[in-house]
Amino acid sequence: MQKFLKDREHLVRMAGLFLAGLALFLIVRALFVPKGFGEYGHFRTGALADNAARPMAYAGRDACESCHPDVVEERKGSRHATVNCEACHGALAKHAEDPSRTKPVRPDGQKVCLVCHGQDVAKPTTFKQVNPKEHMGSGACNTCHKPHHPEIG
Amino acid sequence: MGIGRREFLKKSGKLILLTSAAALAWDALKAGTPEAAPNYKLHDHWWAFVIDIEKCIGCGNCVRACKTENDVPLEPYYFRTWVERYHVPGGDIEHPEVDSPNGGYDGFPPRYKPGDGSKNFFVPKLCNHCAHSPCTQVCPVGATFDSPDGVVLVDKTYCIGCRYCVQACPYGCRFIDPRTMTVDKCSLCYHRITKGLTTACCETCPTGARMLGDLKNPKDPIHEFLRTHKVQVLKPQMATGAKAYYSGLDGSVR
Amino acid sequence: MESLIHGVEGFMYPNEIELQWSILIVLYPYITGLVAGAFILASLERVFNVEEVKPTYRLALLTALAFLLVAPLPLQLHLGHPERAFEMFLTPHTTSAMAMFGFVYLWYLMVVLVVEIWLDYRKDIVLMARRSTGVTRQMYRAMALWSDNISKRSLQIDDKVGRFITIVGIPSAFLLHGYVGFIFGSVKANPWWSTTLMPVVFLFSAMVSGIALVMLVYMVASWRRGTPIDMRCLDTIARYLLYTFIIDFALEMLDLVHRIYEADESFKSLDFMVHTQLYVPHIVIQIVLGTILPIALLGLVQLVRLREGIRKGLYATAGLLTLIGIFAMRWNVVIGGQLFSKSFLGYTTYKLDFATREGLLPAIIFLILPFLILWVLVKLLPPWEREESAA
Repeated sequence: MQKFLKDREHLVRMAGLFLAGLALFLIVRALFVPKGFGEYGHFRTGALADNAARPMAYAGRDACESCHPDVVEERKGSRHATVNCEACHGALAKHAEDPSRTKPVRPDGQKVCLVCHGQDVAKPTTFKQVNPKEHMGSGACNTCHKPHHPEIG
Repeated sequence: MGIGRREFLKKSGKLILLTSAAALAWDALKAGTPEAAPNYKLHDHWWAFVIDIEKCIGCGNCVRACKTENDVPLEPYYFRTWVERYHVPGGDIEHPEVDSPNGGYDGFPPRYKPGDGSKNFFVPKLCNHCAHSPCTQVCPVGATFDSPDGVVLVDKTYCIGCRYCVQACPYGCRFIDPRTMTVDKCSLCYHRITKGLTTACCETCPTGARMLGDLKNPKDPIHEFLRTHKVQVLKPQMATGAKAYYSGLDGSVR
Repeated sequence: MESLIHGVEGFMYPNEIELQWSILIVLYPYITGLVAGAFILASLERVFNVEEVKPTYRLALLTALAFLLVAPLPLQLHLGHPERAFEMFLTPHTTSAMAMFGFVYLWYLMVVLVVEIWLDYRKDIVLMARRSTGVTRQMYRAMALWSDNISKRSLQIDDKVGRFITIVGIPSAFLLHGYVGFIFGSVKANPWWSTTLMPVVFLFSAMVSGIALVMLVYMVASWRRGTPIDMRCLDTIARYLLYTFIIDFALEMLDLVHRIYEADESFKSLDFMVHTQLYVPHIVIQIVLGTILPIALLGLVQLVRLREGIRKGLYATAGLLTLIGIFAMRWNVVIGGQLFSKSFLGYTTYKLDFATREGLLPAIIFLILPFLILWVLVKLLPPWEREESAA
């Protein structure tokens, strides 16, 4: 052993430094790899919960219908029955949670309608669309069409 | 005589040790489970998406709803979902004119006149939640990943902001959130779908052009849809295993 | 920020408008390329016994070390969360080429460069420790790992181990820079990057830039010290630079011809980009000034017998043009790959600010810093022969 070490001592010291570094790395690694990493794949399992735990802005159709059965009744048989409430009324999760605290703003009687029904070549030809000037000048759509049951006649 | 005192102590000691080890292991296991959705079983779902081009009217509801629901910055460079308008003059699918003003957030200002012999339509785009996603492949640390229920998600507390995944996505659906300097993208409204609701974009789509689907649910209408419509995915040559299926997709769509 | 929209021509996916990788990401392959190239030059003497280049052996190693120390800095500055960068060591994703960065870098820095430099210099370090006093002595003693043994046998053992490390160092240098080429070359989403040739082209252009750098540093250092340049050494380096350049040029032309011939879906869009936005950086700077002209100048020296003074001038010019040209090559790959839309229907522009986190100023600082470090290293561990410095 002595014969081997003679003239190689400095190399052994260098090797020792490297081994110490490796040991330190392994210790740090054991301490700092996040808990639950690698359970379902190469990621921190807690990220699934993080993504699932975000707040919601939209309540969803079922929430609206549970408190507004009259609207449900009104929309029966109309093409608008398949259009969800928040498509026109905006995000209403806050309102659904506490209806008295947040009162939704009534959509404008023309602007909201034209977002979908304003004429454009790129819209499917089977979709009901109008040129507003030709159709009703500057009047509001809900003068003639009930938003919850827009069909006339 | 039965068990001696020494034997008894040894056996009960072992039992206590094993039980406490098991308890520790159980706690560690529970620590990773999505407690925020207690009734949701990961392996019962395989999420996909359907887009029916022939139904899209370019209203932009989906773009606005997504930005509202998911707190996406409003500048025109950050979109989890966006809508493109295609104008194919004379049916020349090699040379479409495409625009997406602010991603379709404010709708589309009229641009093309009818009767000019062109083909026009809207194409909503979003993360395709690829089964073999090139983006998760290149993440150096595991901050973006494929969940066991088929959603490509981002771990915002772990992302180092290297932007490699943004480069690797063939569909341009990723961006860096300037407020957190981490990557962000469509999460298929994971916080909604794990609670039985649908995504914000599907919720507000007035025509049903966008539909969420669960391929593992035999009663889900997606199965019938995929059987009765000719569907494609974007950039099939990339073999990404994209799970956003487009019905009525034209050859000019990029 | 609003102005970014005005820089868009045609159609880009909305998320593509803003570039992801800036000049800092152009710098990183440039710097590691210089490291790999300088090391390959050093290994020419150690492993392939091209003893004409021995005068530059130590200088090449110190240059490689100086640049390698700066290499991770542009990356750190670019990250959205540099404080989380250590995650690459904790949970490296083995399917990601980028994840291997931390380990390859550490391996190369510690095992290849530091140990090799240490072994080559150990005798001088011990002698300097013996000769100096106070803090300087402590410093040199620590560098010698408190060993005072410079017997003939210990130096023989050092030499054998050093040679082995250099042999291991060559594929390590290839890996250090080749994986960067793979980072780009393996991105199937980007047709400007996605080619099997990418790692190879990166490697050969790295060798070209590294050899040119050491050649220039040697010329400048000799001029500053007032010592004569070993022309046999310089001529040999210039020859190797020419050979490597010819291979590099051939590879780049192969890529070009292949693209033009196959003309796949991306070709029209890329071709347009090269002829407009990238015309100056790609055609003028990278190809004409940065490749064809240096090859011509270096080739001229091989064909026509020229006086020493003229040769030196040609080498210096060729070297400088090479360094600029290879920087342009990195720029064209990194920035060029983000200027066109993946829809092949549009283009955006790269706005380079000056005094911002990813602006021109930090880039300039990162290019100057290695030379400052090299100056310190040269003072600490003089690469010149003892007889010369005594004179």
